[in-house]
Amino acid sequence: MLFKLSLSNIRKSLRDYAIYFFTLIIGVSVFYVFNAIGGQAAMLEMSDSQYEMIQVLETLISGTSVFVAGVLGLLIVYASRFLMKRRNREFALYMTLGMSKRKISAILLLETLMIGVGSLFVGLLIGIGLSQLSSAIVANMFEADMTSYRFTVSGGAIVKTVVYFAVMYLVVMVFNSFVVTRMKLINLMQSGKKSEQIKLKNPVLCVVVFLLAAGLLGYLYYQVGWRSVRIDRNDAIAIFAAGSAATFLIFWSVSGMLLRVLMSMKSVYFKGLNSFTFRQLSSKINTMVFSMSVICLMLFMTICTLSAAFSIRNSMNKNLDELCPVDYELAINLDTDKQSAYSDIIEVCEDNGYDITSDFSDYVNFKTYNDPELLLADSLGDALNEALKQFRFLDYEAPEQLVRLSDYNALMELYGREKLSMADDEFIMLCNYTSMINLRNKGLSVGTERTVFGHTLRSKYGTCQDGFIDISTEHINAGLIVVPDNVIEVSAATTEYFIGEYSSKDKAAAEQEVHDSYDAVMRTVSMSGNQEDDVLGETNFQGYMWTTKLEIKEAAVGLGAIVAFLGLYVGLVFLIACGAILALKELSDSVDSIGRYETLRKIGAEESDISRSLLRQTWIFFLLPLVLAGIHSVFGMKFLIFFLQIFGTENVGSSVAMTALMILLIYGGYFLVTYFCSKGIIKGKR
Amino acid sequence: MELLKIQQIEKYYGSKSSLTKAIDDISFSVEKGEFVAIMGASGSGKTTLLNCISTIDRVTAGHIYLEGADVTLLKGRGLNKFRRDNLGFIFQDFNLLDTLTAYENIALALSIQKKSAKEIDAAVKTVSEQLGITDVLNKYPYQMSGGQKQRVASARAIVTGPKLVLADEPTGALDSKSAKLLLERFRYLNRECGTTIMMVTHDSFTASYASRIIFIKDGRIFSELSRGDDSRKQFFDKIIDVVTLLGGDMSDAL
Repeated sequence: MLFKLSLSNIRKSLRDYAIYFFTLIIGVSVFYVFNAIGGQAAMLEMSDSQYEMIQVLETLISGTSVFVAGVLGLLIVYASRFLMKRRNREFALYMTLGMSKRKISAILLLETLMIGVGSLFVGLLIGIGLSQLSSAIVANMFEADMTSYRFTVSGGAIVKTVVYFAVMYLVVMVFNSFVVTRMKLINLMQSGKKSEQIKLKNPVLCVVVFLLAAGLLGYLYYQVGWRSVRIDRNDAIAIFAAGSAATFLIFWSVSGMLLRVLMSMKSVYFKGLNSFTFRQLSSKINTMVFSMSVICLMLFMTICTLSAAFSIRNSMNKNLDELCPVDYELAINLDTDKQSAYSDIIEVCEDNGYDITSDFSDYVNFKTYNDPELLLADSLGDALNEALKQFRFLDYEAPEQLVRLSDYNALMELYGREKLSMADDEFIMLCNYTSMINLRNKGLSVGTERTVFGHTLRSKYGTCQDGFIDISTEHINAGLIVVPDNVIEVSAATTEYFIGEYSSKDKAAAEQEVHDSYDAVMRTVSMSGNQEDDVLGETNFQGYMWTTKLEIKEAAVGLGAIVAFLGLYVGLVFLIACGAILALKELSDSVDSIGRYETLRKIGAEESDISRSLLRQTWIFFLLPLVLAGIHSVFGMKFLIFFLQIFGTENVGSSVAMTALMILLIYGGYFLVTYFCSKGIIKGKR
Repeated sequence: MELLKIQQIEKYYGSKSSLTKAIDDISFSVEKGEFVAIMGASGSGKTTLLNCISTIDRVTAGHIYLEGADVTLLKGRGLNKFRRDNLGFIFQDFNLLDTLTAYENIALALSIQKKSAKEIDAAVKTVSEQLGITDVLNKYPYQMSGGQKQRVASARAIVTGPKLVLADEPTGALDSKSAKLLLERFRYLNRECGTTIMMVTHDSFTASYASRIIFIKDGRIFSELSRGDDSRKQFFDKIIDVVTLLGGDMSDAL
């Protein structure tokens, strides 16, 4: 009997429940998809380091899932409380018929159970389907092999999803029962009969509050956008808290002022259904000030998180192409004071039975030099004082790294980048790390003459040029001076480079071969000759380090993918939550307003005018939090870009576009569904 | 001058197997400036008649002419436009928008007709004086009494200057004092402003304010009563006589 009643209740109020159910399903499937990533990835062929990355990703996702579950849990409780309120008359009927509160609780329990089981089932089905797609994305991101892939279901993720959501539904059940025990029959019966009371806020107070809040926001924007350098973690928290408060106050005051402003524009206000539209909108916003602020902040965080995540990921891939053009780099630190029996690393290898050049199709071998008289401080010149303030911990006594023009051009030939040219009395400063570029440019603007090994050279350009030696994924060349070949004193060599492209197509095998052979050579070398403490054997090698494209790539792609996945996960859940809250409010308002629309029809309003009024109410309602979130984000992104510059910020634009697309899809989707559902609700009976 | 002409209209509900004749061949006409009441028990078809005239419902057969134009031929958007430009409605449950003030409720009827804000203001002021509601214009429906609400609704109905005002049980939800006040306003509008009013009611007292009463029973015209030079009291007594004749269910509505 109770079961039948519950079932028919759900069926009857499907219109109200549709969005709720829809949201739960999306929630469940998103939860499953992200938690199943680990299991899905097991099907892909990956290297060990990639697999490690996946495990890191899995750990991070399960941590994030706790937070996500919290957000979804709050959303579910909010939504179910909302739907409960709509059914007060129904509960009143049950109580007048003599049903005990315990029985009503039981009905609600059954309903929640049915919705829970139903949404879990459907959500998991969709999730399992989607996760096959997500495997393709994972494979694409990690550039893994998908040939041996087949359809998989992650049991662990299913169990986890069921457990998490069961707990959430349990909380809802407890919450509902608690609400039922506190219901009073008289209140239930009168609910819905009371017509709405319209309270207009004090306009003067609203204006004052608005100005204060706008001023506070302006100050925070300034701090965040133009004083980024000085913000530490505590400041960031304080700024976020103040920003949240200001957001709330903006909505509070706008909700009070909006209607008055519109009312004062008589020719607009008394045009068509405008007076009705504005009143409806104003009452919606008035009752939603807090929710709207929360939604606005969630949208803001979504925009920033997604943009930053996409940006990091895209930069990683793009930087890899640009900043890591070849397979292998070996850098050897040389001891300037020691004499060596060998002239370069190729010779060292050859003498020890390994022809290193045979493993490379193309390579360059050169050295860079230091002039002990040319320090970073000299390069900065008068800009040194300013630099000291900004970068206190930089070693200003470090000698500048010098490279011969011919060596550098040979390297550029290998990298496929543009070569440099200059006169015999010129030098070129290369740098690609944004903050250092600024400092060095200041140094150059003060004076362009430098003395290198006793030769006076002047800078060919007034600013730093883009360029680097080390392969990497980030812009980390803090300074490198290209000088004419003849000024260099050969004995001042400090670093030897061997940079090349493997000859074999099988990069991984070639890498192994080079590493093994090189290690063998170095073992022999260190055993031989006079065992001095700070150099290897008969060489003047103090130490060496190799960097390879494969290593860089795996680390970069893995990091990019992790960041992108976490960003997507949190972003998706936030968007769903925002959309669902607004949709629920809008739909229930539509149900409450059926009578009003009926009246409009009776006094002769055109159907097209009514639809337009509804459309206007819906889009303004959805747009309002988005607009403020958008403004917040402009400055939030300005702040983030400061931190993103090491990864490169060229494609922040496209990341923002991708974020906008995501918001358009999900938030816009909720908007459309809401509009069409509302339209159905208020449609005339005939 | 003849404003409304109803010619042998019929309205059937239901399927072939169980047919209900809500209106069974009714014909009458209303002159311009008349105040007509339609009386009948519940289920006699009086509201159906009103709905057909107001184009909310369609007749099965027959014709309804307003100033010579056949309204039964109107369709779709034409219907909305016709209703908006020619008719004013007053409902038993007021049908005021609770989110709007009295002023805005009245103004809405004009703004739907795309009148300018200036015209609207003047019209609302005039009509609210006629109905004695100038002091409640800035109140919301929940701040008003039932009588005030119905007068605001009446103001909304006549502010557009409709050819015909249709009132469906306008006093149904009012106490006797408010009802009397409202009806006196109706009479004022009818006599001083020349508004043609057609009112459906089952209350003899309410009907006694009209100049002519059409009694309906089981979908047919049962009788017709004109006030002539009678005082309201005398007219009321005559109505009671007819109602007694109508008998049955009607007597409980005295």
